[in-house]
Amino acid sequence: MVGTSLYLTIILAPLIASVIVGIFGVKLGKKPSHTLTILGVLISTVCSYIVLYQVQLEHITYNGPLYTWLTVGSQTFSVGILIDTLTSIMLVVVTSVSLMVHIYTIGYMAEEDGYERFFSYISLFTFMMIILVMSNNFMQLFFGWEGVGLVSYLLIGFYYKRESAIFANLKAFLINRIGDLGFLLGIGLVFAYCGSLNYVDVFAKVSSLTQVMLPCTDWNIITVMCILLFIGAMGKSAQFPLHVWLPDSMEGPTPISALIHAATMVTAGIFMVARLSPMFNLSETALSVIIYAGGINCFFLGILGIIQTDIKRVVAYSTLSQLGYMAVALGCGSYSVAIFHLMTHAFFKGLLFLAAGSVILAMHHEQDMRKMGGLAKYMPITYITMLLGSLALAGIPPFAGFFSKDMIITSAVVAYQHGLPGGAFAVFTVYASVFVTALYSFRLIFMTFHGKERFRDIHDDHSHHGHDEHHGGHTNPKESPFVVTLPLILMAIPSVIIGWLGLKLFVGGAILDGSVFNISWITQRFAEETITPINMIIDSFKEPPVYLALAGIIVAFVFHKVDGLSQKFVNIIKPVYNLLDKKYYMDDLYIKLFAPFGRGIGKFLWTIGDMVIIDGLIVNGSAKVVEWYSRVFRKLQSGYVNSYATFMVLGVIILLTFCTSLIFS
Amino acid sequence: MIGMTHFLILSAILFAIAVMGIFLNRKNIIVVLMSIELMLLAVNFNFITFSSFLHNIAGQIFVFFTLTVAAAESAIGLAILIILFRNLRSINVQDMDKLQG
Repeated sequence: MVGTSLYLTIILAPLIASVIVGIFGVKLGKKPSHTLTILGVLISTVCSYIVLYQVQLEHITYNGPLYTWLTVGSQTFSVGILIDTLTSIMLVVVTSVSLMVHIYTIGYMAEEDGYERFFSYISLFTFMMIILVMSNNFMQLFFGWEGVGLVSYLLIGFYYKRESAIFANLKAFLINRIGDLGFLLGIGLVFAYCGSLNYVDVFAKVSSLTQVMLPCTDWNIITVMCILLFIGAMGKSAQFPLHVWLPDSMEGPTPISALIHAATMVTAGIFMVARLSPMFNLSETALSVIIYAGGINCFFLGILGIIQTDIKRVVAYSTLSQLGYMAVALGCGSYSVAIFHLMTHAFFKGLLFLAAGSVILAMHHEQDMRKMGGLAKYMPITYITMLLGSLALAGIPPFAGFFSKDMIITSAVVAYQHGLPGGAFAVFTVYASVFVTALYSFRLIFMTFHGKERFRDIHDDHSHHGHDEHHGGHTNPKESPFVVTLPLILMAIPSVIIGWLGLKLFVGGAILDGSVFNISWITQRFAEETITPINMIIDSFKEPPVYLALAGIIVAFVFHKVDGLSQKFVNIIKPVYNLLDKKYYMDDLYIKLFAPFGRGIGKFLWTIGDMVIIDGLIVNGSAKVVEWYSRVFRKLQSGYVNSYATFMVLGVIILLTFCTSLIFS
Repeated sequence: MIGMTHFLILSAILFAIAVMGIFLNRKNIIVVLMSIELMLLAVNFNFITFSSFLHNIAGQIFVFFTLTVAAAESAIGLAILIILFRNLRSINVQDMDKLQG
């Protein structure tokens, strides 16, 4: 298979599987449903690797329309495919993680209702994500963008009987609307000024707009475009201040937390900025905005991970923090490094979520880490894979996260030296976050897998509530089934080695040539020195990040070993702890201030605009006028022949008068 | 000297009385029929006046036609009236509002 038929196979295989399972899933039953969807994603994955091979080694790229969707005047909007280096990387990441999650789901969701629905959704998600990364124009990007948002909404609310899940999915949906509004405005501006929505045309046009200002202001048009587009990325990639939906999205089942809210969908914003790198390179202001948003995510939201007790929320906050890292890399103009981190992060964060899910499964859907502990000996595979994932996350050499994170730090330093506004902030946050990341990820490891086996007390409690023997738990926690551990192992492998493999290719290498353009100073810097994995590991011991990470692990260990130390520490920094516990009052700000404000506007428009003006005045009002009018005029229809005759004669008289006046005048 | 004007005015007065008879009559449907007859007569009067003053016999011949038609019309009118009375037990104009929508 070559050319478009190969690309179409990648797109359509998950869609067809999803539609069939979505419609006939319940009739087909569990086994055919998961077989079909996994087959669909497997086909996509294999084809994606073929595409990667073709693009990277045979240099076959493709950019063309498939189908004309709309023609308005001289403008055509097409559904198109763009296959280049960036797309090929993203395809492989998306389909691989998706395949792992599909397999994992067989084990994780085995006893849940809506098993077939779940498979249909995640296949649909894979389709939408593929559309998003393959698009060659803004319109289709937006379609994929909304599509993944939709599936994310559906899956956060998967347990639709649970109140908190409904709240979380509505929250995610609404916050994403804010971002999407910015995104849509950005696309509108691009269309207005570039006259096209195809990437190639836009990039060709955009460099001639550097001196153009937004009408009536002195804002550079490219800056405005980039910031609006980045607001879209803020929503999807959960950047400050639109990050609040991501921790709550953990209400969804764990496999989708891994797939959608860690590995793929939330990185769509990062992908988008990297894809539009020729635009963003033209606006330093927009880059600074990205740095600040990313920096806040990276450090200030990362800290929140330290005080969480829900195992999934710790990983969720670490996702926010890592997305912040990627955004900082983008803001420094180092797009290829951001994509590198995106890729390593997809694997190790997907792994961490899946491992967390495995723990949750063993704990019978208990997510509170205070009720875990000492699981290492019962769940060796989960433990080892999660440990590898955490080492990768914390940036300990030579695991994957180390390379990508170290390159981000280098990029931030370069940007600072170059005098990019916000560079100092970027450097501070990326350094500080290394410590924070190591701290919360090892706190999770220690609390979950080491120490006292706290779950025993809990299970005894539970047995009083009439749980059966299976749940009642004098039995030890069991390692999860093969379908759960297999993806863990398969994802642990790239989490360890992909840094080695990727480093040379992503940094100054050819893997993203022709699709992602680093800003000049980054390119220059990467061209100056040859970076090899070995050099980097050796050099890293001369630099603070590794020591910060080790310090984080040690602090986590000390707090774990010394009983009551964390409690004492919390008491000392009570105000800070409260601030963190309330998540900087961001939720309260939104729920108590913006939401009532929005609802107030809505209510005003509803009562005044809708009920009074539209319903009362326009709809019912016009009916009332007709009614009143006809009530008057039906009086004329008395039914008496003589009154009809009267009018007839009057009419004749009037007519005659009129005619004679015409004749004699 | 009695001129054509006087005759025409008389004819107009007769016609007006007939119209008023239809307008103002609230009671008896026979009065309506009578008023219609009166209208036709007023028109006949016009015919004869013009015929006489213009020395044209056609007008007077036409009156015969009109009288014939008027007789036929009153016959039909009275026939309808009888059927109406059989159905409604009344010839009161006020009761005949069946045309009302």
